[in-house]
Amino acid sequence: MGETEGKKDEADYKRLQTFPLVRHSDMPEEMRVETMELCVTACEKFSNNNESAAKMIKETMDKKFGSSWHVVIGEGFGFEITHEYC
Amino acid sequence: MLPASAKIPLKQLHRQSICIVRGNRKKDEESGTDVVEGTDEWNHSKAAVRPPDQLELTDAELKEEFTRILTANNPHAPQNIVRYNFKEGTYKLIGFVDQLAVHYTQAGNLIPKDSDEGRRQHYRAELAAGSQESAKLIISEENLEEDEEPKELEAEAGSQTDVPAAGAVEKVTEEEMMTPKQPKELKLTNQFNFSDRASQTLNNPLRDRECQMEPPPRTNFSATANQWEIYDAYIEELKKQEKTKEKEKTKTPVAKKAGKMATRKLTSMESQSDDITKVSQAAKIVERMVNQNTYDDVAQDFKYYEEAADEFRDQEGTLLPLWKFQNDKAKRLAVTALCWNPKYRDLFAVGHGSYDFMKQSRGMLLLYSMKNPSFPEYIFSSESGIMCLDIHVDHPYLVVVGHYDGNVAIYNLKKPHSQPSFRSSAKSGKHTDPVWQVKWQKDDMDQNLNFFSVSSDGRIVSWTLVKSELVHTDVIKLKVEGSTTEVSEGLQLHTVGCGTAFDFHKEIDYMFLVGTEEGKIYKCSKSYSSQFLDTYDAHNMAVDAVSWNPYHTKVFMSCSSDWTVKIWDHTIKTPMFIYDLNSAVSDVAWAPYSSTVFAAVTTDGKAHVFDLVINKYEAICKQPVVAKKKNKITHVQFNPIHPIIIVGDDRGHITCLKLSPNLRKMPKEKKGQEVQKGPAVEIAKLDKLLNLVREVKTKT
Repeated sequence: MGETEGKKDEADYKRLQTFPLVRHSDMPEEMRVETMELCVTACEKFSNNNESAAKMIKETMDKKFGSSWHVVIGEGFGFEITHEYC
Repeated sequence: MLPASAKIPLKQLHRQSICIVRGNRKKDEESGTDVVEGTDEWNHSKAAVRPPDQLELTDAELKEEFTRILTANNPHAPQNIVRYNFKEGTYKLIGFVDQLAVHYTQAGNLIPKDSDEGRRQHYRAELAAGSQESAKLIISEENLEEDEEPKELEAEAGSQTDVPAAGAVEKVTEEEMMTPKQPKELKLTNQFNFSDRASQTLNNPLRDRECQMEPPPRTNFSATANQWEIYDAYIEELKKQEKTKEKEKTKTPVAKKAGKMATRKLTSMESQSDDITKVSQAAKIVERMVNQNTYDDVAQDFKYYEEAADEFRDQEGTLLPLWKFQNDKAKRLAVTALCWNPKYRDLFAVGHGSYDFMKQSRGMLLLYSMKNPSFPEYIFSSESGIMCLDIHVDHPYLVVVGHYDGNVAIYNLKKPHSQPSFRSSAKSGKHTDPVWQVKWQKDDMDQNLNFFSVSSDGRIVSWTLVKSELVHTDVIKLKVEGSTTEVSEGLQLHTVGCGTAFDFHKEIDYMFLVGTEEGKIYKCSKSYSSQFLDTYDAHNMAVDAVSWNPYHTKVFMSCSSDWTVKIWDHTIKTPMFIYDLNSAVSDVAWAPYSSTVFAAVTTDGKAHVFDLVINKYEAICKQPVVAKKKNKITHVQFNPIHPIIIVGDDRGHITCLKLSPNLRKMPKEKKGQEVQKGPAVEIAKLDKLLNLVREVKTKT
């Protein structure tokens, strides 16, 4: 019983990580959707190199939406940023 | 002798700063005492000449010494400059302000020797010098030859050698100068072959302009992203999804099939009826506009036409026919009930049925708006003829109807069904005979809707809508008085009277009147179920309508098929006024705007309007209102705000008529007195009349 539960949880856990999840965003809907797709593409392409994935995302965002984007990719970090808002 | 600048009167000297005075004195000292005295005198004499706007000061003031401090500060420079410091995010004062003021700048053309340009120029100059020297050598050789010749000449000339030599030298130098030109092509400017022209245009003074914007709004954002945060977020998301799935599941089993059907229908019908449903609102408006245009003159009459002839017709009025409402489906059904909607003053409900005992068919409930005379706004059909209807005051979308088969039903106009929302049935205590009148009452204590109905089976029933079911309560059973017969076993058989009309008192809630087929009117109370408060022997035939006066609390009116209309005071057993109209009177109604105006309609197609103030004995308007004389008018209703009445006949037509001004007369004000309006006045009016009648009665 425990095992099956454990397996179920694992399966759930694996299922968990298949879809992109947004925690916080203040972008307009279209922009957000495009950005999500871009991030997914970049991370899949450079799955073992976060730096190049971040580079790709930043350059594409700068081209599409105007300059000065900052991209951080990682699995364990804290951050505090100041940004303009409208 | 003295410089012009020193011509300063003594008095002014003290106001100037420093130097000039000293200079004066020095000079004086040098030139000796004589001169000094003289200068002083001269100065004094000079001092006598004063400019007219010179300040007048006392000696003490003159001797005052003023010190002036000259500083090197730039008076035009700002004293406090504030700059936004991005590091700290605030505005900061800059302590040190630049005091440098530039008065004149000129770009010079000196270049350092060691710089590139300097070296290039030096090189060029050297080249030029080099070519000159070579030219010089050549020329000097030539010149030597030349010199020898003139020298020979000069030897002769003697003293003039200098000059020709000089001239030769000059020539030589000139030649020197001229020849280097040719090989190098350097155009050296001299006043003989080159002239410089220059001009300076006005240079506009330069001015610095600066501007500083507000810094753009910023905000901080911080978070952590690590494994457990990611995991938690995903778990939350999954939970949310599960919740939504559950909600869908609970809805889907019920609505699934219906939903599928609906979607199928929609998809199939969409292509066809899509346009119509979307355009329904617009189509409605267009329909109304078309109607308004078609009946434009009628609409104008309704709003603005006032019968001008009324001025000449003293005490008589007319009814101006406006619109006619009819519907094909209700063509052969008689109008059995009319009611204006209390909220939408242009909407009225018409009940169709049949008064014929033998020919009973279906019934219809139509609601017309005056804005659209050609088609009703709402159509409901029922199996049994509708005999009466009433619209709730607070809920103008609830219509209660009474049927010929004894049922009562409530229609909800808000819902699109053509079926009534609630219906009584044999189980729930419907009447056994036609329901002649229904009236909404105030909501009971539990906020449930309730209404009363009266029927030929002698029961007055109060129906309450409890949790979407009609519950009935018998309020009163009408008994024909004096007809209880005793049967052997001691039971008392009552002959049941048949109620045909009732009306509730406007203020005394529990009191109401019931008219019966026998021609009696009973005054009853909701609380007493077996006893009547009072009985009036009203008519010889069935009472068709009873109605309390809207203003006067004591007066009511009744009409009957015995051709009479009677007005009563409920405290007096005999009627106050009796009118005989030569034909069976089918309906009578008080006017909402006056306590003394009422209308009665008869089966010969005439409408009679009375105003007791103007004429106590006769109608002020007797007018046939239906097209064919055969049509019997069945009901009449006044519109609560507009000066119109609607009249229904037994062919299913409804005619709308406008009351002429004579029919709506307000009491003439005595000169100087204000016209008073309001119920009190109306009551007083009627009271006056009644008193007259009562006096007459008491006298007789």
